[in-house]
Amino acid sequence: MDMKVAKKLGLKERYSLMTRDLAWDTTYQPMDKVFPQTTYEGIKIHDWDKWEDPFRLTMDAYWKYQSEKERKLYAILDGFNQNNGHLSVTDARYINVLKLFLGSTPPLELMAARGFSMMGRQMNGAGPRVACQMQAVDEYRHFQTQIHSISNYNKYYNGMDEFAHQQSRMWYLSDGKSFFDDAITAGPFEFMVAIGFAFEYVLTNILFVPFISGAAYNGDMAAMTVGFSAQSDEARHMTLGLECIKFMLEQDPDNLPIVQRWIDKWTWRGTRKLASVGMMMDYMLPKRIMSFKEAWEMYVEENGGALFKDLARYGITIPKCFSQTIEEKEHVSHQSWIGFYMKPQATPFHTWIPTPDEMDWLSEKYPNTFDKYYRPVLEFFDAQEKAGNRFDNKTAPMNCQVCVSTMKFNEPGDPMEMCFRESIYNGEKFHTCSDHCKEIFDNEPEKYSQTFISSHQVLQGNCEPDGVDVNAPDFEPGRHMLDYWKLDKRALGDFNGSEDQKNFAAWREQATKN
Amino acid sequence: MAIDLRTVSITPLRQTFGHLARRMGADKPASRYIEATMDLQPVENYHYRPTWEPQYDIFDTTRTAITMKDWYALKDPRQYYYGTWTLARGRMQEVAEGDFDLVDELGLAAAYPPAGKADALEVFLPLRHVAWASNLNKAYVSSYGYGIAISQAACYASMDQLGVAQYVTRLGIAFDDLDALANAKSAWLEGAEWQELRRYVEDLMVEKDWFEVLVAQDFALEGLLYPLIYERYNEKLNAAYSPVFSMLTRFQREWFGETSKWLDAVLKAAGADNPDNKEQLATWMRKWRDRAVVALKPVAALAFGGEAEAVMAELVQNLNARAAKAGVAL
Repeated sequence: MDMKVAKKLGLKERYSLMTRDLAWDTTYQPMDKVFPQTTYEGIKIHDWDKWEDPFRLTMDAYWKYQSEKERKLYAILDGFNQNNGHLSVTDARYINVLKLFLGSTPPLELMAARGFSMMGRQMNGAGPRVACQMQAVDEYRHFQTQIHSISNYNKYYNGMDEFAHQQSRMWYLSDGKSFFDDAITAGPFEFMVAIGFAFEYVLTNILFVPFISGAAYNGDMAAMTVGFSAQSDEARHMTLGLECIKFMLEQDPDNLPIVQRWIDKWTWRGTRKLASVGMMMDYMLPKRIMSFKEAWEMYVEENGGALFKDLARYGITIPKCFSQTIEEKEHVSHQSWIGFYMKPQATPFHTWIPTPDEMDWLSEKYPNTFDKYYRPVLEFFDAQEKAGNRFDNKTAPMNCQVCVSTMKFNEPGDPMEMCFRESIYNGEKFHTCSDHCKEIFDNEPEKYSQTFISSHQVLQGNCEPDGVDVNAPDFEPGRHMLDYWKLDKRALGDFNGSEDQKNFAAWREQATKN
Repeated sequence: MAIDLRTVSITPLRQTFGHLARRMGADKPASRYIEATMDLQPVENYHYRPTWEPQYDIFDTTRTAITMKDWYALKDPRQYYYGTWTLARGRMQEVAEGDFDLVDELGLAAAYPPAGKADALEVFLPLRHVAWASNLNKAYVSSYGYGIAISQAACYASMDQLGVAQYVTRLGIAFDDLDALANAKSAWLEGAEWQELRRYVEDLMVEKDWFEVLVAQDFALEGLLYPLIYERYNEKLNAAYSPVFSMLTRFQREWFGETSKWLDAVLKAAGADNPDNKEQLATWMRKWRDRAVVALKPVAALAFGGEAEAVMAELVQNLNARAAKAGVAL
């Protein structure tokens, strides 16, 4: 038979035909009008073809792998739900981890989906564009599977039912919201450093590994399966973030100071966001995996340190905030938990004082700080609670103008002193929680002066449910906060005595006894 | 830890999330599509304005002339969230894989009559660039569209078009001809037959109204192009030679049939919301339909020679009928 022997294509050559060879430089419309966003940040790209594809996955292979993963994942979720899997978790306190997670994570994965879609439209190299599009569609997967895995818990426990409504309204969720709003409103290269690199590469392990392992340790098959199933996607996302950094640095030496500033900024912003992961690990998981401090040492100091060593050949130095994060690793989880415990009327999850055993564990894991600074506070609160005088801070918090965390972190080197910084912009005073947040503010005051600080907005009458007349003579700002948040009273306050606690005990009794 | 749980029936405290109960008008179980879609995009209290377009909020209803009382009325009758979408595409790729394998195994491409092959590749292969443009334009809709109902469906359609561009590329490789791919790219860039079409998709790359991009790319252009090539032209080749091209473009045919259901539902819902929308849709549909006809005529002539006019006229009739079914009279 007269058959020409097919030329054997190498993987790289084949992938190139499947992606960049499809692209062309437009002529009916100028390229800078088709891709208008990639110059204004000052990043210089001379040759988009120098982009090294971080992974080579064509759509047919993508659909094959991903559909296999989805089939398995949903089979496990269905089984878990049908068999009342929620009753196999270690202790009903664990469910509060899911409440914290549902409010804070799927909404941010959604922003990642939208942000990477924008990158998948705006990057004018075909290689990065396809890689970003693939990450965008993966992020749809992540927020949807997370919601699907927690949906069944919502049927039985309080505090999860209004996460969609609360994502833009809850005071303590605005740090995460500001993080992603900040990234998505930045230019495309900064977005890639913020989300692709700082978040997905430097910090993702300390966010997801403790959550997934925590789920596994505490009998939550649903969340554990979702997490594990996402890991192979995350591996792709990490390589994309790293490739983007290398690409910018290899393209032009002028890019270095810009990239360095972004790495400094976003590593710090990410670190601030992780304070709540710390309190989850140290206080909220009934069966603990390791302390936040240990996780920080492993995932950030060791792995992150090695990464920055690797980037040193491009002139990148370790982020400025690194030494402060090392100092803070022994403090932030305690400060966060205590901060939330003090606001029992303002969160959709419960808080509690650790048991004596748990306090001993904390003493062992935090020999330098727990007994000295935090045990006394917790024991004092415990005694007050038992005496019927449960501490309840009803005042509106003061927030950092950049990270939007409540002001609760200490002055570097002095754990007994709260840290405050301020800047003046356009004659107005703005408060920040740290030197690093102040520096971020001072670099871009026009941006950060816009931050939506809910404790300020409440006083201006901007946080009221429909139907409240802010001009009425008897208007009292903040009186309707629970309605504004749609916060179910059953979800508030102490775990001890909560409906969750009683129901879980009764249901488990029913399921395990005759 | 494994706890032996007896199967017990527990009465749930609630059936679904609050935002879904309000939307459905009752506390009842919601489908996974509803859970994965409705009312999830932030709509308020944005922290900063985009540095790249400070005149807008991060998500902004005024990025299109279309207005909606409820943006989630633009829902997908296929009920695609990531899981169902990727399962559906997983099945389609399995079939496509089988088709490519079979063509390879039986040497069907090599056995294809040379004259027919040259003609067919001339028509099919530049379409990989059209699909690539479609991927980009759909990415625009998914980036700046309002609400997750439209953004996710556009995102999936955008990835689908990357898949189409890659399947067309594989078609070229299956016919064992990298030269044909290179020639097709030259034709796309310089060949007279393709320039109006290239102008059309490039003009869409700078169009700012995302809904107009959707109408122009998905309704007007693909509404004519897919039936023209993946249905009619395939039928012509099937009759004259063999069904190899039909086999190797099955994905595109199925995709168009399925995706049209989504698009028609979106157009119908937008038109039904208010009369201004309907008028706006009619204006865009006429404008881009007429331009698409100009863009596709030379391609139709390449494929159908003297019959091109008649084929195009019929396809325009069908497109008008689709618009009418969506409630828009053209």
